Amino acid sequence: MTALVEVTDLVKTFGSGEAETRVLRGLNLTLGTGDLAALLGPSGSGKSTLLTILGTLMQPTSGTHHMLGVDLTTASDPERTQFRNLHIGFVFQFHNLLPDFTALENVLFPTAIREGRETAAARARGADLLTRMGLADRITFPTSHLSGGQKQRVAVARALMNKPELVLADEPTGNLDRVSAMQVMDLIAQINKDEGTTFLISTHDEKIAALCHRQIAVADGQVTG
Amino acid sequence: MLYALKIAARYLTASKAQTALLIFGVAIGVFIFIFMSALIGGLAELILSRTAGDMAHISIQAEAVDPISLLPGKPLLVQQKSSKTASNLPTAMAFVPLIEALPGVTAVAPEINGSGVMTRGSQVTQVSINGMEAGKESAITRLDSYITQGTARLGAGGVLIGQRLADDMDLLLGQSVRLRSSNGIEMVLTVTGIYQMGQGGFDRRTAYVSIGTARTLFAMPQGVTRIEIKLADLYAADTIAPQIKAMTGLNAVSWTVDGAQLLEALSAQAQTGYFLKGFALLTIVIGVASALLLSTYRRRPEIGIMRAMGASQGFVVLVFVMQGALVGLMGGLFGAGIGYLALLPFPGRDNFQSGVLPIDINQGSYGLAILLTLIGAILASIWPARSAARVDPVEAIGQ
Repeated sequence: MTALVEVTDLVKTFGSGEAETRVLRGLNLTLGTGDLAALLGPSGSGKSTLLTILGTLMQPTSGTHHMLGVDLTTASDPERTQFRNLHIGFVFQFHNLLPDFTALENVLFPTAIREGRETAAARARGADLLTRMGLADRITFPTSHLSGGQKQRVAVARALMNKPELVLADEPTGNLDRVSAMQVMDLIAQINKDEGTTFLISTHDEKIAALCHRQIAVADGQVTG
Repeated sequence: MLYALKIAARYLTASKAQTALLIFGVAIGVFIFIFMSALIGGLAELILSRTAGDMAHISIQAEAVDPISLLPGKPLLVQQKSSKTASNLPTAMAFVPLIEALPGVTAVAPEINGSGVMTRGSQVTQVSINGMEAGKESAITRLDSYITQGTARLGAGGVLIGQRLADDMDLLLGQSVRLRSSNGIEMVLTVTGIYQMGQGGFDRRTAYVSIGTARTLFAMPQGVTRIEIKLADLYAADTIAPQIKAMTGLNAVSWTVDGAQLLEALSAQAQTGYFLKGFALLTIVIGVASALLLSTYRRRPEIGIMRAMGASQGFVVLVFVMQGALVGLMGGLFGAGIGYLALLPFPGRDNFQSGVLPIDINQGSYGLAILLTLIGAILASIWPARSAARVDPVEAIGQ
């Protein structure tokens, strides 16, 4: 298995002086292509900060961050934005869909902002993804008309739209009932198996973590296991 | 670009009531802009038509020469200037066809002017006598539009007088009156027309006769005292007057030389209009900016999501600038539409009536209003758009 993501001695601090808080303390982590990994740890352990840095939404204070051989710690904001669009998908605890758009329009968003319009090919892939998510009859529905589980499945479809190598999921089932949570996890596992997409899923739920092939424990800003 | 436009349009249609209110506010600003343009333009038209519209835009008359000094070296002892008639332009008539052929010249009227006394029985009134060519009575001053009785057409032995002069001398149309020029030559003339310009000086003191009658009265068998010229564009007078002077050698004077105060008044009025229109535009800009700024605050989480999905800062700016442009365009079109409809009932520039606002519907500057509103709305959206683009996606989506 080749290394997709590699971070070394990752440090992230917030604030300065006496108010300085060190969230990540020299964290090291490697993710391989096709990993389905759970990120476990108590609140405040640095899971979300790590996901944010891996998602290029935030720069570390020090350390290195490479993905697909690209040094993302030295990349500019526009470069990181473009990289994020092409190679990284996000699934948040709260679905974070665009409320004024339909399910399909939300799924198409990552491709449309890259291509400047919603192409027919993108529409076909978006519809296919939603169908795989069991939402074939909800494609043109405004997201406000969908249930929590359905919204989260739309969010998963959106994360996969650009065929990213890495999907970062921060408590993706945290707001779902058990049935919906398992549906979402089954979908993630299926896509990981079918397409080899790497998933890093932050969760408190040990049952969810157990569905993953790898468990990464984080405590006090470091990988502990 | 197209996708940014789609998102912008969706954001606007998602909050229909708010968007409608915003567009209505912009439209009101555009309406004020158009109303002020039509009013200021119409007012200028009215003032010009009531003043410069009835006067020559260029006048040619003999240049004033210094009085002859009767004793060399004694400038205080000079020959008195003749008061009989104005100085003669003996060869000026030869240039009339040349002047008429100049681009921008709409009328050329040679005149013989002088002073005289009108008598009827025991009533005596001093008058200014204007001798005009037949057929050119209304070339400069629109005499035909002021005629209340009779005709403006001047024939041999006929005279046109003002209503107040007729009242003062108890003169009626068709009655005879004696006119003695300052040269002492007297003729009996028939009142063939009575006019009312609404200006006391003219209505009480000016008598119009044919140029033939004036030649007799002032013993001037050839030449004229003055040539009056009217232009299609009165503001071209300062350009055309020097051309005439260069071409003929005659003393051609633009109306602006003596009409500086009128020009100043028109300029001040125009500037007032610019200020009012500027304030209307400023209102639009502030309204659009504040509405879009509120929108950026309301949509911070969505902006964060867009950024997380890989939308560049430029894309976010474009979405909000597009919103501003759409609001500006729709508000501009709507405002121009209601502006045009609101101005329709007002009489046009050729039918201004006293007691009614002199609004010229043709001077609404509709295209300019829409264009400036569009530009203003785009400029107004730049600040909120840049503010939106700076949203930290991590903070916005609560990571």
